[in-house]
Amino acid sequence: MSASSLLAQDLVAGYGERTILDGVSLKVPAGHTTAIVGANACGKSTLLRVLARLLTPAKGGVLLNGKDVHQLPSRRLAQQLGFLPQSPIAPEGISVLELVSRGRHPHQGLFKRWSAADEAAVADALAATHMSELAERHVDELSGGQRQRVWIAMALAQQTDVLLLDEPTTFLDINHQVDVLDLLTDLNRERGTTIVMVLHELNLAARYADQLVAMAGGKVYAVGPPEKILTEAMVRDVFGLQSRVIEDPITGKPMMIPLGRHGGR
Amino acid sequence: MLMACLMAGVVLTLMLGQSFTPLTTVLRVLGGADVPGATFTVRELRLPRAVVCVLVGASFGLGGIAFQTLLRNPLASPDIIGISTGASTGAVFAIVVLSLSGPAVSLVAIGAGLGVALLIYTLSWRQGVTGARLILIGIGLAAMLQSVTAYLLMRAPSWTLQEALRWITGSVNGAQLDQALPLFIALLLFGGLLFSRRQDLETLRMGDDLAAGLGVRLGVTRAVVVITAVALVSFATAVSGPIAFVAFLSGPIAARLMGRGASLLVPSALVGALLVLLGDYAGQFLLPARYPVGIVTGVLGAPYLLYLILRDNKTRGTL
Repeated sequence: MSASSLLAQDLVAGYGERTILDGVSLKVPAGHTTAIVGANACGKSTLLRVLARLLTPAKGGVLLNGKDVHQLPSRRLAQQLGFLPQSPIAPEGISVLELVSRGRHPHQGLFKRWSAADEAAVADALAATHMSELAERHVDELSGGQRQRVWIAMALAQQTDVLLLDEPTTFLDINHQVDVLDLLTDLNRERGTTIVMVLHELNLAARYADQLVAMAGGKVYAVGPPEKILTEAMVRDVFGLQSRVIEDPITGKPMMIPLGRHGGR
Repeated sequence: MLMACLMAGVVLTLMLGQSFTPLTTVLRVLGGADVPGATFTVRELRLPRAVVCVLVGASFGLGGIAFQTLLRNPLASPDIIGISTGASTGAVFAIVVLSLSGPAVSLVAIGAGLGVALLIYTLSWRQGVTGARLILIGIGLAAMLQSVTAYLLMRAPSWTLQEALRWITGSVNGAQLDQALPLFIALLLFGGLLFSRRQDLETLRMGDDLAAGLGVRLGVTRAVVVITAVALVSFATAVSGPIAFVAFLSGPIAARLMGRGASLLVPSALVGALLVLLGDYAGQFLLPARYPVGIVTGVLGAPYLLYLILRDNKTRGTL
């Protein structure tokens, strides 16, 4: 699998009359992990939806390895670019194996039978997410953390070079948040999958992403490695929050500590 | 398994009725033999009725599960949201006002069904369509259309009560084999089209965004599913009237029977066929008086509707 890059150019997009993205350009380097951060309603999910071609921009375009994604047939695109929405729905009574197998949809045709390659991709995705032993279980019976693993396994079975995830850690306990981000980092390191995700938690974003994209008011405020982006000035401008940024004693990455009105020594 | 049940059901309804016909006689009659006393009953009365029951039921079952899957809500079935009612009103209008008959009635019914589907969609559009609004608007339209049907029937004094009941509750009384052919072709054509989209439809159950991410072309899939489902329901309605709750019940029953996340299209069609066949038989022979099939399925469906509404208040119900 070769690494793929994604390029957004001068995107203007929104819903109906409402413009949410107002001139966004972004380069997602191949084989890297990019995290998009920003306050609520800053346009980060919208940007991800445009990158995934779920939303057609009014202006500008998205290039995947130099090709306009809007020119690609849906199936072709889905073979190269995967998208995991924030709250996907598991059909009632579906098993882990069946759900993960759905990830093969873009590789299947009207008359194409389930192949050895499909079988291998599903087995591989289950193994990578440590879900092989739970393959026969019903998805409804799993914990929140396990369920998120199943969805990631489904996206893995799709075998795309690029994976877009909308807040993959929301609704999870902190241990499962770390677990999911570790898993995504494994994918990125071992398979060279280009990962773009919207993340809420700034410190986790700084810890796990190679590149941070800070967004504010429908525009990109700053892009770069976490060390350059996660600064006290950025937190103030983007989140409207006074903070102190120190070096994480474990990873050496920047770590943000909010300065609220209470709790000082 | 379902297939076997359906076959057994068909054979049983051919054997049983006002008089009992042994299995061997039924088979001989179907084989073309002339058996005094049995040929007329089996070939002219019971067979057309059974065939029409199966075709109508399968069409309703398919139309129902298609809508329920597409909108991810068991309440979004064409007989709840007014599409069957629309087709029925269209058929009555064609017969009473335009004095049409035969295939022309089916065409008007389909036109009306599609028109109602479009109307519901337009009315519930507000920066996208959400299931709940669409269903409520559909229920409202269904009530209005039902009164239009009643009004049209009242203007046609020569109509018998039996016929009127067909267009209000659905009935297969007086079923003819020549009605079955267009229905069979429609079932083959639109059912086949729907079946060719079953993978996309299955993927849609996981949400529009995820399905799009997996390469499903949402617009095309939605259009194909809606048009084929409306056509199936309308063709069936043009023959039997809107048989209550068959479209609504078939999918959920099939889901309970099949359990897991398997495709429900074929099982729902079989369950629909079985429901109409047995419902009609029960209405004819098992109850103290003769009732049209729609009354029987209505009695079965109403409690389930209540159950769903109660359950939906607690959890967001899916199939």
